[in-house]
Amino acid sequence: MPKIIENVGCPYCGCSCDDVRVTVSDDGKEILEVENVCAIGTEIFKHGCSKDRIKLPRMRQPDGSMKDISYEEAIDWTARHLLKAKKPLMYGFGSTNCEGQAAAARAMEIAGGMLDNCATICHGPSFLAIFDNGYPTCTLGEVKNRADVIVYWGSNPAHAHPRHMSRYSIFPRGFFTGKGQKKRTVIVIDPRYTDTANVADYHLQIKQGHDYELFNAFRMVIHGYGNDLPDEIAGIKKETILEVAEIMKNARFGTTFFGMGLTHSDGRNHNIDIAISLTRDLNKVAKWTIMAMRGHYNIAGPGVVWSWTFGFPYCLDLTKKDHAHMNPGETSSVDMAMRDEVDMFINIGTDAGAHFPIPAVKQLKKHPWVTIDPSINMASEIADLHIPVCICGVDVGGIVYRMDNVPIQFRKVIEPPEGVMDDETLLNKVADRMEELIAKGEA
Amino acid sequence: MTTKKTLNMITQRAIEEGIAMEIGKTSREYFDACNIIEMNAQDMKELGIMKNTNVHVKSESGEVIVKAVVGRQTCYPGLCHIRQGVWANQVVPPRTQSTGAPQYSGFPVTVEPAPDEKLKSALELVQGAVGLWKGEQHA
Amino acid sequence: MAELLIKNGYVFDPISGMKGDKADIAIKDGKIADKVSSKAQVIDASGKTIMAGGVDIHTHVAGPKVNLGREMRPEDKFFRGEYRGGIVKQGRRMEMGFSIPSTWKTGYAYARMGYTFTNEAAMPPLMAPHVHEEFRDTPILDQAAMPVFGNNWFCFEYIKNKELENNAAYIAWLLKATKGFGIKVVNPGGTEAWAWGENCTSIHDPVPYFDITPAEIVKGLIEANEYLGLPHSVHIHGNNLGNPGNYKDTIDTLKLSEGIKTKNKFGREQVLHNTHLQFHSYKGTSWADFESGAKEVMDYVNNNKQITVDIGQVTLDETTTMTADGPFEYHLNQLNHIKWANVDIELETGSGIVPYIYDKNIKVCGIQWAIGLEIALYAKDLMRVHITTDHPNAGPFTRYPRVIKWLMSQKAREETLDTMKWKSKVIAASNIASMDRELGLYDIAMMTRAGPAKALGLADIYGLAKGADANVAIYDLDANNLPSDPELIEAAFLSTAYTIKEGVVVVKDGTIVAEPPKYTLWTKVNMPENAQVMHDIKEKFARNYTVNLENYAVFDEHVHNARAIELDVA
Repeated sequence: MPKIIENVGCPYCGCSCDDVRVTVSDDGKEILEVENVCAIGTEIFKHGCSKDRIKLPRMRQPDGSMKDISYEEAIDWTARHLLKAKKPLMYGFGSTNCEGQAAAARAMEIAGGMLDNCATICHGPSFLAIFDNGYPTCTLGEVKNRADVIVYWGSNPAHAHPRHMSRYSIFPRGFFTGKGQKKRTVIVIDPRYTDTANVADYHLQIKQGHDYELFNAFRMVIHGYGNDLPDEIAGIKKETILEVAEIMKNARFGTTFFGMGLTHSDGRNHNIDIAISLTRDLNKVAKWTIMAMRGHYNIAGPGVVWSWTFGFPYCLDLTKKDHAHMNPGETSSVDMAMRDEVDMFINIGTDAGAHFPIPAVKQLKKHPWVTIDPSINMASEIADLHIPVCICGVDVGGIVYRMDNVPIQFRKVIEPPEGVMDDETLLNKVADRMEELIAKGEA
Repeated sequence: MTTKKTLNMITQRAIEEGIAMEIGKTSREYFDACNIIEMNAQDMKELGIMKNTNVHVKSESGEVIVKAVVGRQTCYPGLCHIRQGVWANQVVPPRTQSTGAPQYSGFPVTVEPAPDEKLKSALELVQGAVGLWKGEQHA
Repeated sequence: MAELLIKNGYVFDPISGMKGDKADIAIKDGKIADKVSSKAQVIDASGKTIMAGGVDIHTHVAGPKVNLGREMRPEDKFFRGEYRGGIVKQGRRMEMGFSIPSTWKTGYAYARMGYTFTNEAAMPPLMAPHVHEEFRDTPILDQAAMPVFGNNWFCFEYIKNKELENNAAYIAWLLKATKGFGIKVVNPGGTEAWAWGENCTSIHDPVPYFDITPAEIVKGLIEANEYLGLPHSVHIHGNNLGNPGNYKDTIDTLKLSEGIKTKNKFGREQVLHNTHLQFHSYKGTSWADFESGAKEVMDYVNNNKQITVDIGQVTLDETTTMTADGPFEYHLNQLNHIKWANVDIELETGSGIVPYIYDKNIKVCGIQWAIGLEIALYAKDLMRVHITTDHPNAGPFTRYPRVIKWLMSQKAREETLDTMKWKSKVIAASNIASMDRELGLYDIAMMTRAGPAKALGLADIYGLAKGADANVAIYDLDANNLPSDPELIEAAFLSTAYTIKEGVVVVKDGTIVAEPPKYTLWTKVNMPENAQVMHDIKEKFARNYTVNLENYAVFDEHVHNARAIELDVA
């Protein structure tokens, strides 16, 4: 008899939906049906029980082909290379559970290396702004229950967080928002007419890269200088700015969600910094919060785990082993890669081969490259060593942090393929092996 | 009538890219979803680019052949978009303004018609860049 | 198991009635024993002071707002050197952070001071798994956490409808779901009001929409606490924290405890614990005429045995304020314009974080410093008045030894006053300069272990009576010949000769030497299931929460070495 497992977490985007329903086969090996997920979530669960899952570590041979090796050999190889390298970098973690992220912290502290996560190329600029300017935010349930004005700025949830609008922000009927979308005003600020803009009440088609000026204009209005605005700012007409500012000032509870449109453009952290300042300004006249649209279901995880472990959320320099340092720009993955400072690269729970600009990939590939990931992806296909692991939410559980830093406890729905390890076990074994080698004097 | 023009490129998520990524980056679906540049219809006309034909995109740090379409999520004149992924990252400049985050959005590119050029697979582009490409492989 | 005999030390243990006599402490199988065999390892504690392991009744060391504080303050970690917490690695993991230490540093630093238990001051129930993850990564210390109830929608409704039994059943259920220890109340009603940008600044301000007053909330929770007979009492951070004139609101809050008796089986006598009393003892109408209200507040506390308090002493450091009193933090940011973080949490609570510099050259900070010390020095019963800094709000916990120094030495207090630019104004607005009381070691033992243990209902576990956990601190202080230099007192309390946890030596000469497993204490209420409450819970989860009910309670595998303090309710 097939079994139905409820309250399953989906391991894709920062929505970290935990209401997924999975039907598994009687033998617990196959996923037959997945309900309540978006299209992307469906693929993850399907892929998770595919018979083509990689089951053993593979080592690249001199002729470029890959040869299966044991986990023990892979762990030993990784441990030795970590100890040999002067500045090894372990990067990724968007798709790893917190237990794995904690084990990675232990491993890299022993190795004396660099430890970084996908935020470095994603919401890192948001961290930089938070370091300077704070972060007035809330949990997604507050938005669901209270918000009557929603702003998506440089964010396209219709494509990147498919259930965000229906679960949290626009459509749900919450305690004080019983009329759902009808009583919410949605403002989308984006240079493209995105599918999200399509469901908005206002689309401000901003000139790409000029968000800072528009934030500045809104602040001027909040501070009472709206009349001094020029006729057009960042491609938006003064009347529109005044109209939208009025809506924001009169919100009962407003939230600004922002994404890569701000963090990837010119100005980076300054765009977020002024967004935070605007949010704080708005709190003088209304109730407003701001939230980073974290991309992956547990990319908030390493920031949370490493903050309590080391005091810094990313770009960690652990090379001195007895204290940690952080200096984005200096200790960030892509910058180090471009300066060819990294002499060993471990790609885990991500695909730097596909998502780093190719010049950075080329630099990193000059040195030993390990990919720890369940799938075949660009990082696995250029790695010297590819180690398969479990998929959080599919064949291993664990704690993950949703985009609003709420911890969600994930479950496993099927058993992992025979012999496949989870990140936590693997990384702890790598750490143990390094300690053994150090004790034996073989470091 | 063709002119040379610098466009402003952004690279962002798309649900088609997300679905295809989970199917696998060596899959046909990923190839179809991500080797696309979405452009403004007027720009395409001025640049002599026919819809659904290949173009040569060049930035300060790289180049790539992708297929030009108008796309449902329209760009204004001067703006263009390649979905984040292997093809986009052939041209994304690695400069981070000292923040760690590369210039994924808002960088100048030239886009020229290249209807006879072939699209390369993800593996060819990435393995090729690091000297591991051995020729056509099964997806 | 191992046997240990600590010989010849001066033992100060109010729980077993030891007032500094020379006595041996026998330890067997991790517990205090009558005697041990000749095979026992012997520690010679001649000329040293022995106390039970320290018990911190209120500290913010683990959880989402603590961690957001860490995340947003990289400057709290930069610059090596002792001031910034750059201790050369002693234990398994590195130690980072000054005002908001990493979890590893938290465990090690408390252990080096002779502490073996901390009570995490506020846990938002929705984020309980986060707290337990940080507990896992905090070495050595036993820990407990108090879920917050003062802005909880379920409690609002049950209290408003006068449904005591339902409120009690919900509280019992929540303690189990979060593996929490007791009832914490922060700015009752005010943090819910803050979700709309408003506040409740007195106990009679009604909460928007819910139309219940803080007075009703607090009384309702005290009644539920005593209906259940929980080991600890309601633990409150009252309305109007931090504002001149608030001493009146504080006394109003304390009065809510009158007329309610406790019948618990844990030896607890108080019915209300008011935390960080310093922040609530302000007289005056503005910062210009701000002065100490410690005398007025302590007059009430001294005359009302149903109250316990902890002082929340300002240490004159740059530190980080963090509290579930969301509106207060916004207000503080508007005052000092330093970065402000805020997290409102659905159906339950909120939080705010703002760095703060208690500058000795600012008159207000000097008066705040005086108030905390006055509270202790006015106290008649030091079992009911405990040492804290509301870490990190009034200062880091690593300053507890400095607080002890100030309380034990008038000379030390005068020296600190002498460093203040506005010394005369501080003296004029407070009472500290005229107070010559100096506390002794027995007083300190009451304020830092016996009193908190008793107030928490944990006196059986955390003292030196037979059968208690063998958690012992041995300080390099000759009780019969205390140093005249108060700096040496601070140094002795900062770094033990030995700290022993369940019979294992974990600190020797101020250095971490072992990291044995530690407990997570929680309160397990055995009572029949309440169908109405279960129905209400299911409904609110289905409609209003954004996490599914079945994913809300912390999974067993995420609670580490759970140690249930059990009780039965008919």
